Amino acid sequence: MTQTKASPDIAAGRLPEDAYAENFSDLHPLLDQHEAQVEADRCYFCYDAPCMQACPTSIDIPQFIRQISTGNPTGAAKTIFAQNILGGMCARVCPTETLCEQVCVREVAEGKPVKIGQLQRYSTDHFMSEFSSTPFTRAAATGKKVAVVGAGPAGLSCAHRLAVHGHEVTLFDAREKAGGLNEYGIASYKSVDDFAAKEVDFILSIGGIEVRTGTRLGTNLDLASLRAEYDAVFLGIGLGGVNALGIEGEDKSGAIDAVDYIADLRQAKDLSKLPVGRRIIVIGGGMTAVDIAVQTKLLGAEDVTIAYRRGQDRMNASEYEQQLAQTSGVRIMTWAQPKGLVGENGAITAIELERTQEQNGALTGTGEVITLPADMVFKAVGQTLVQADLGDALTLERGRIVVDADRKTSLADVWAGGDCVLGGEDLTVAAVEDGKIAAESINAALTA
Amino acid sequence: MADLRTDFIGIKSPNPFWLASAPPTDKEYNVVRAFKAGWGGVVWKTLGEDPAVVNVNGPRYGAIHGKDRQLIGLNNIELITDRPLEVNLREIKQVKRDWPDRALVVSLMVPCEEQNWIDILKKVEETEADGVELNFGCPHGMSERGMGSAVGQVPEYIEMVTRWVKQHSRMPCIVKLTPNITDVRKPAQAAKAGGADAVSLINTINSIMGVDLDIMSPSPSVDGKGAHGGYCGPAVKPIALNMVAEIARDPATHGLPISGIGGVTTWRDAAEFMALGAGSVQVCTAAMTYGFRVVEDMIEGLSDWMDTKGYTSVDQFVGSAVPNVSDWQYLNLNYIAKAKIDQDLCIECGRCHIACEDTSHQAITNMVDGVRKFEVIDEECVGCNLCVNVCPIEGCITMEPMAAGSIDPRTKKPVEKDYANWTTHPNNPMAVKEAAE
Repeated sequence: MTQTKASPDIAAGRLPEDAYAENFSDLHPLLDQHEAQVEADRCYFCYDAPCMQACPTSIDIPQFIRQISTGNPTGAAKTIFAQNILGGMCARVCPTETLCEQVCVREVAEGKPVKIGQLQRYSTDHFMSEFSSTPFTRAAATGKKVAVVGAGPAGLSCAHRLAVHGHEVTLFDAREKAGGLNEYGIASYKSVDDFAAKEVDFILSIGGIEVRTGTRLGTNLDLASLRAEYDAVFLGIGLGGVNALGIEGEDKSGAIDAVDYIADLRQAKDLSKLPVGRRIIVIGGGMTAVDIAVQTKLLGAEDVTIAYRRGQDRMNASEYEQQLAQTSGVRIMTWAQPKGLVGENGAITAIELERTQEQNGALTGTGEVITLPADMVFKAVGQTLVQADLGDALTLERGRIVVDADRKTSLADVWAGGDCVLGGEDLTVAAVEDGKIAAESINAALTA
Repeated sequence: MADLRTDFIGIKSPNPFWLASAPPTDKEYNVVRAFKAGWGGVVWKTLGEDPAVVNVNGPRYGAIHGKDRQLIGLNNIELITDRPLEVNLREIKQVKRDWPDRALVVSLMVPCEEQNWIDILKKVEETEADGVELNFGCPHGMSERGMGSAVGQVPEYIEMVTRWVKQHSRMPCIVKLTPNITDVRKPAQAAKAGGADAVSLINTINSIMGVDLDIMSPSPSVDGKGAHGGYCGPAVKPIALNMVAEIARDPATHGLPISGIGGVTTWRDAAEFMALGAGSVQVCTAAMTYGFRVVEDMIEGLSDWMDTKGYTSVDQFVGSAVPNVSDWQYLNLNYIAKAKIDQDLCIECGRCHIACEDTSHQAITNMVDGVRKFEVIDEECVGCNLCVNVCPIEGCITMEPMAAGSIDPRTKKPVEKDYANWTTHPNNPMAVKEAAE
């Protein structure tokens, strides 16, 4: 007798118990001391090093690598933290292949860059295991109060730098835990062992930062009151909204925002209890698309396809991430856009994808529609700023907050950074830099 | 295939690769393994008088490593053989009988009394070994007892003992020299004056490998204390090459056979020692690092290289580089070279720039027309070669000699075609002046 599964086929515990720990283990295990020494020795200690120029936070990479090489990983970590207090997370999640390692002279010369990201992690992990607090000491109290809204990379970076300068910081976040996308968004295998939370504790160890979670701008917090109560405000609120596909059937169950599912996955105490479809379609071409595709595959989904409407070279996910998806068994289907979601009893069973083409630079559908069975369709087509939360005092453009080079908004006492600002790169490391620059600007303004 | 057979002061071996007197040649077991592996000869680990010496029972070796644990330099505080004399002599005799085509030289170290040398020479002669090597080199332990380098540091003692050896023995005699002196020519001259058939060098260099900063003890540490040991391995090769060359080109010792020792790790190292006058080479650290098999490529590599150069026997190139070893004062001051950076090979690391900018002559750009670019400024380049040495890409920076008649952009003077050196330079207060007409 043939047994047929109910449609849709969504179930938890698709894998043997021990497979979850294995599947979601560290993507790049920590280098040991010998590996780090050998790798550090590959660095040429370049003059005016291209890697340093390519780092959004301008970490003195040759210097910290040299410090690893001389047997001084503590000093190496201090060099990193001086520019990037989230150096530990950035070491894990930075797309180094398109930043420092892309321009490493050894990448140019031999296609084998110095493993800068892994060396950075070696030294920051060393420091964080040896010392319980950041290597900074706070300046004398200034008596100034700053509100930092959003405890993601931008907010944490800003709060820490402000605290160093002696200001009193209140750090607000809508979620239950601080950390932002580090805690709720990054793929599991890039941040194992609760690293995001440990890093938050590390940053807060500087003192002078009061965290208020569960406070959301537009819900139980408003910009006008913050401006009245604090000497300055920094907004690092990220992008709270998610783009819809705008197709028929999106209201059916099984059509899921990728960021929500990833957040659930990150917070899951037991991954074997997390239901996942047998056949998955991911719509999108960025890092989130890869993250959801790979992770559902690792949860035991049988058939995972990323459908992207243009060619693979146009995907926002880096080449490395694309390869990671493919080597994890994810199929990348290009030149296909969602047309409709087919379902039964309010749940999707298939997706209709239309073949696309580019004509005179414009993307058009060819009219050829294929239907793929799907138990889950994940939407990973970008996030948006929830403008309503901000009130109408700030100047926005193309749906993002407009800031100047100092990350100052149109309001004299409000700064902003991270994904919510215009011109941002949607990178953790760029958010950290925004927070740092804004903090310096705020400090200058408050101590003028 | 080139003929590697070697005749060194009448001692014949199938190739010039000998194992130096050291732990690898302390007993029959090791030496037989070495011969099976292909070594042309051995100098048996130094024999002394009974009762045998004792060694420390803690670490005897210390090392300098590269980042990937590549062994760059090794030192040791092991003394001469700590086995009974009779056992060593018996084994030497047996090995020589079993391996008649290999060189077997016996290293010796006894107190500086004529009778002591007479006694041991008689015993060694009975083994039918090919010759003796006088250990006047070991810088640790035995030197505190008036032997080893304590002898090698006093030319008069070298001459005296060498003379006894030649007087009381028919065996060929090699005198092993210590580098722990100021001018290696003096002990070499003394050895020759005493009648030595050859010298071998270098023995190990006085050294402390490092300091354990936790227990504040030199390393290797024996129960919290460290004594200086003898340094050897790849790191000492340049020092050894110079000392070999000094003896080879000294008119007083020119032509005295030399067995080259000091960091020989590859066939190329051996060829370099031989080009500077060594008729054979002795190896220790390479064998102690990798085992006896390293001799296979030494043989093969040297032979292949000789084939490409058209040498059919080793004596055709032994000493070939000696005439080109010069005093500084005779170097051609009219030879002018400029560094040149191959932009296709350049990976733009900037090491040449910062080395030149910070520590030399500010002769390499880091930016040209607002673009990262490293170019030599001929107007500033003195041709020092530092950039070549710090460049990580082999062949990217080369030193290009300037043609005679062209103008040196640095001095604005034409490049002279004739050789001229310091001895006649106008800035030299001691310059040899042209005789007045």
